[in-house]
Amino acid sequence: MALLEVSNLGIAFGGLQAVSKVDLSIEKGHLYGLIGPNGAGKTTVFNMLTGVYKPTEGNIVLDGVDITGKSPEFISKAGVARTFQNIRLFNEMSVLDNVKVGLHNQIKYSMWTGILRLPAFRDREHQMNRQAMKLLKIFDLDGEAGLKASQLPYGKQRKLEIARALATNPKLLLLDEPAAGMNPNETEELMQTVRSVRDQFGIAVLLIEHDMNFVMGICEEITVLDYGRVIARGDGKDIRNNPKVIAAYLGGD
Amino acid sequence: MQFLSYLINGISLGSVYALIALGYTMVYGIAKMLNFAHGDVIMIGSYVIFFAFGSFGLNPILSIVLSMVVCTILGVTLERVAYRPLREAPSLAVLITAIGVSYLLQQVAQLLWTSSPKSFQSVVGLAPISLFNGELTISGETIVTIVACVVIMVGLIWFVNHTPAGHAMLAVSEDRGAAQLMGVNVNATISLTFAIGSALAAVAGALLCSSYPTLQPTTGAMPGIKAFVAAVFGGIGSIPGAFLGGILLGIIENLSKAYISTQLSDAIVFLVLIIVLLVKPTGLLGKKVNVKV
Repeated sequence: MALLEVSNLGIAFGGLQAVSKVDLSIEKGHLYGLIGPNGAGKTTVFNMLTGVYKPTEGNIVLDGVDITGKSPEFISKAGVARTFQNIRLFNEMSVLDNVKVGLHNQIKYSMWTGILRLPAFRDREHQMNRQAMKLLKIFDLDGEAGLKASQLPYGKQRKLEIARALATNPKLLLLDEPAAGMNPNETEELMQTVRSVRDQFGIAVLLIEHDMNFVMGICEEITVLDYGRVIARGDGKDIRNNPKVIAAYLGGD
Repeated sequence: MQFLSYLINGISLGSVYALIALGYTMVYGIAKMLNFAHGDVIMIGSYVIFFAFGSFGLNPILSIVLSMVVCTILGVTLERVAYRPLREAPSLAVLITAIGVSYLLQQVAQLLWTSSPKSFQSVVGLAPISLFNGELTISGETIVTIVACVVIMVGLIWFVNHTPAGHAMLAVSEDRGAAQLMGVNVNATISLTFAIGSALAAVAGALLCSSYPTLQPTTGAMPGIKAFVAAVFGGIGSIPGAFLGGILLGIIENLSKAYISTQLSDAIVFLVLIIVLLVKPTGLLGKKVNVKV
């Protein structure tokens, strides 16, 4: 069975059927793309996968656990992490603390241990700092650990969001337009990073992206949405030559 | 010397405001709501001490601890019963509910303990200190209040910046949705915030009533509103802001009582709020809010 099985997923906002009958099957260790024209429902699918929206139909099963309509906290603990289309870091917190917020959710100790600064707490603190620094190093952010997140340049903020998401120890990482606003060099670098994240952590990655070079460059399977429905699926070559996809992007019938 | 005495008493009164304002500001920062019942939690806490210490002769420290426990349970319960169901409701609904809770607590207190003022016995055993050959006397209450406020402030700032629960609070206050998606339990974080705010309210109540020993069901109302002013003054949502706002407000109130008019002192306090809001709407240490258009 696949890591993530989505079947017949749909959501209606009042009378508007934003997404319907979406199926997805995601295997561990692979890179997937979700593309489509603006307003096709890509981010809505992400919001359902992460519990921000509750689907009105269909099922989402992660690693054998039904996460359909569960709370974002539950889904985060179950192993889905994400980044956002418009960066949503904790701007007033340090780069290191941003990652530590992600790490907390796996570390269990009572509030009292924390308040009393018991040895167990201090050990965990050190362990957590080390872990956070290790993650930052992967993204070449270890030199900026003490800065406020808002002080980082744009490209690094995008990287920090990915680092923070990885800190929650996900099985599946969702990236919402990771290359948005990046120049070709940064995009190239990001492609390397996403690949190495997949290799190092052995997780599955599903990403939304408008930069076709990016999507075609790294995704092994691409799903195309239009008007909330899946209109095509396949590798880069299939998608590029699919008349339905061309019609969705360029108009026509 | 007279001035110094007024100033120190002002700082002491301001410390009480600061402790109450911390509850306002933390709840506002994290739950994005104004808990107008906060002042009445102080009143309930003070009654607990009045009975435990004044009537049953329990040790003063134990009485305060008991009051903190009662207030914590009360604060968390209020949040759970009255505010949590309105988490997604418009903020006006929550505000009205908070005012309702405030009246509820006052009326319940009146039913249980009548509206006749009780004379509160100070929990502070420290003798007054005389300085400058007796020209300046500082009461034990004043000293304990200021010291307690500073210790609590430092502890709270450390807690927020260095513990996982504190980080969760900061994260929720910046972006509740993103925090939730990072696995932060928002409901637990908000409960913890109410617990801390209410425990501080108990301490504030003990100190307030030790310095101003009249206790009645409306005792918490005015200090509550002034602490709210202090929180806004300092920049609501900011912990150092609540501290600064509280202290400044206490000083302004005491000095205007001494040099301008006792009757007008409250009016002056609120006038200060209006001026601050006109000149600097975010308060002294308030965060800029960038709204995207």
